[in-house]
Amino acid sequence: MRVPSTRRLRALRRAMLGVVGLTGFLLIWQLIPTLGLINPLYLPYVTDVLARLFEQLVDLAFWRRLGSTMTSWAIGLTVATIAAVVLGTVVGLVPFLRRATHTMVEFLRPIPSVALIPLAVLMFGIQRQAALVIIIYASFWQVFVQVIYGVADVDAVARDTARSFGLTRREQLSHLVLPTTLPYLMTGLRLAAAVALILAITAEMVIGNPGLGRMIELSRSAGDAPGLYALVVVTGLLGLTVNIVFRFVERRVLSWHQSVRGEEPL
Amino acid sequence: MSDRRTLLRVEHLRKVYESATGDVEAIGDISFTMDAGELICVVGPSGCGKTTLLKCLAGLLRPTSGVVEMDGAPVTGPSPAMAVVFQEYGRSLYPWLTVRGNVELPLRHKKLTRAARSRLVVDALEAVGLAHAARSHPWQLSGGMQQRVAIARAIAYQPDVLIMDEPFAAVDAQTRADLEDLVRELHASRSISVVFVTHDIDESVYLGQRVLVLSTSPTWVQEDLAIDLPPERDQITTRALPRFTQLRTHVYDQIQRAKRGQAVAP
Amino acid sequence: MTAYTGRIAATRRGRTVGSRIAAGLAYPLGLPILLLVLWGVVATRATSTFFPDPLTIAEAFRQTWVGPAFVEDVLPSLTRLGLGIAASIVVGIAAGTVIGLTQWLRDLLEPLLEFLRAIPPPVLIPVAMLLLGITDTMKVVVIVSGAVWPILLNTIEGVRGTDSVMKETARSFQVSWWERLWFLVLPAASPRIMAGVRQALSVALILMVISEMFASSSGLGYRIAYFQRNYLIAEMWSGILLLGLVGVFLAVAFGLVERRVLRWYHGIREVNRV
Repeated sequence: MRVPSTRRLRALRRAMLGVVGLTGFLLIWQLIPTLGLINPLYLPYVTDVLARLFEQLVDLAFWRRLGSTMTSWAIGLTVATIAAVVLGTVVGLVPFLRRATHTMVEFLRPIPSVALIPLAVLMFGIQRQAALVIIIYASFWQVFVQVIYGVADVDAVARDTARSFGLTRREQLSHLVLPTTLPYLMTGLRLAAAVALILAITAEMVIGNPGLGRMIELSRSAGDAPGLYALVVVTGLLGLTVNIVFRFVERRVLSWHQSVRGEEPL
Repeated sequence: MSDRRTLLRVEHLRKVYESATGDVEAIGDISFTMDAGELICVVGPSGCGKTTLLKCLAGLLRPTSGVVEMDGAPVTGPSPAMAVVFQEYGRSLYPWLTVRGNVELPLRHKKLTRAARSRLVVDALEAVGLAHAARSHPWQLSGGMQQRVAIARAIAYQPDVLIMDEPFAAVDAQTRADLEDLVRELHASRSISVVFVTHDIDESVYLGQRVLVLSTSPTWVQEDLAIDLPPERDQITTRALPRFTQLRTHVYDQIQRAKRGQAVAP
Repeated sequence: MTAYTGRIAATRRGRTVGSRIAAGLAYPLGLPILLLVLWGVVATRATSTFFPDPLTIAEAFRQTWVGPAFVEDVLPSLTRLGLGIAASIVVGIAAGTVIGLTQWLRDLLEPLLEFLRAIPPPVLIPVAMLLLGITDTMKVVVIVSGAVWPILLNTIEGVRGTDSVMKETARSFQVSWWERLWFLVLPAASPRIMAGVRQALSVALILMVISEMFASSSGLGYRIAYFQRNYLIAEMWSGILLLGLVGVFLAVAFGLVERRVLRWYHGIREVNRV
């Protein structure tokens, strides 16, 4: 009998190796400009970038821009999710609609959302609505496809059982369709959250509505490399947070479900 | 049978698994020998370490102490003199390869001409009655046919010993009888020695020339029983012999004693 | 995306051949035609400047993209896209296999990779511009830096999850390292790898467009942004249409390759369903 069990030792080893990996990455980054491999004007020292990062964290203007980006993200994600759930459920439940919309969906889905940026700018100028068009379009499909998939997954025997017991349409929806679809919906939501963030920032970069993305573009055109890199790190941390939060929510919501679903290939 | 050369010698084999919750002694002390050309069945109560023993024989697991010798040389890893047929045929055959590809795979590193390799594959598939299915994929076949493919793969490898781990546990009774006769026929016609692990008492008595009855874990050999049934066996007549019934009752009693822990250690 | 195509095979019996063909065409084409007609009617009535009618867009499409623009803008874009995708696949699978097979390397890199893949890929465009200038290399690097992640991470997962009995089988038959890689590890990981490639394709296309909108004087993305700035509305729409076609083409081409590579995988699923 060992006092610290092998499993805990292994977990500790993992965590330590992970820290070593991150530290090593930062160290190599610091060494590259120090050794003169790349001019610090283009790849600034890590120390400078981190200093700038902390500077920004105490700057109220930075938080306002972050808030602006996250507001677009939240509005876009909410609208897209509601639209996708409603349309996805209707289309998924009615075989006629499923067949009729199939080609449309297969053509519209692969259109890269950013191709719509010019159109959005024409319609709304450099306001938030322009960014929302892009965010909603991109995240809509993630949820929509998962919902259709989920609704189609309702077990045929379970459906017949429900019908034979005379459950009303409404009861069927809440006791049968909803529980089956929920895991799919959560997967779609997690993917959509990541996509919405990417496009919120991208739209700001290209369109120029206020937010982190515009700040990035401004630092670039001003030649402020440490500021640019610090913002890239911020977006990475933001993306990481969104991923972790949605993975956590997914696991909590589906804890009753015997198989917390893996990544659904898209 | 023709020569009484000792092929496999197991002496004081012991295997202890180390785990987070403490050590588990799977095999206590197993010793036995097998002559070239023999067909030995190994039975024991469930969870008695049959699979562990088999993996130690095949060189897939390193014993904690004791010796496994093959033809006088200690077994330290997988050897070309042995071929294993696993219980889970569905996970042991590669679904992306055809039946032919599966049988051919282990032969690739043997220095054979293409023609010689092809001859071995065709011959093995004919021996198990699957010459017509060479171009199919394993998952297109029934469970019994899949296990035939695994047997073909093993005999095409031309081993001295065939090690079979409860190979027919997952197939239906009728198929099982056919496969048992196939093993007996291959053993007779190809002078391959066979170690056949099973939890089925009737199967062990019907197939084996000798039956090793194992105790519960930590395991030792509780009885080494010679099966004095005629060498020509038949599913109907052999199983109806009074001697068959006697032997199976004897083995059954031994296993019941093993389960109650009444057996005596050597 | 083929997810729910399989479900479409509904009951079809007791109908004449003619009506069956009609129904077979009506379903896939009905709604698109209906919407196009609707769009045409609304566009000509409402005379909105931003939504020209479909015929005008079709004409603009022919005039804009058929001819020299194809060589000047479309081909360079597609070349960069193709190179980026190819490099992402090679790098992603190679690195993913090495990392997936090496436990300590996986532990070492996991938090770092988790962070790097969370960076929204378009953010790397300004960084790449700083490091590499406004060049073709920069655009390919940008595409790779975004598209490599889904392939890399899926390959790691796929390689790591190789079935234990399959591995033991290879070991017991002394299958050599290369054969194990080629006949066991990579095929076993291929469903995950293909799922990663599918995600990578759409990321690559997005990055191609943005990198051109952002920093280029040629290419599809640049052209569309140019049309918008100069209020060439129909031309802009034709560009969006072309990007859509590229997206559809990629999806169809991937579907064909995937069906070939994963024939065994789909075969098993079909057998299990029966």
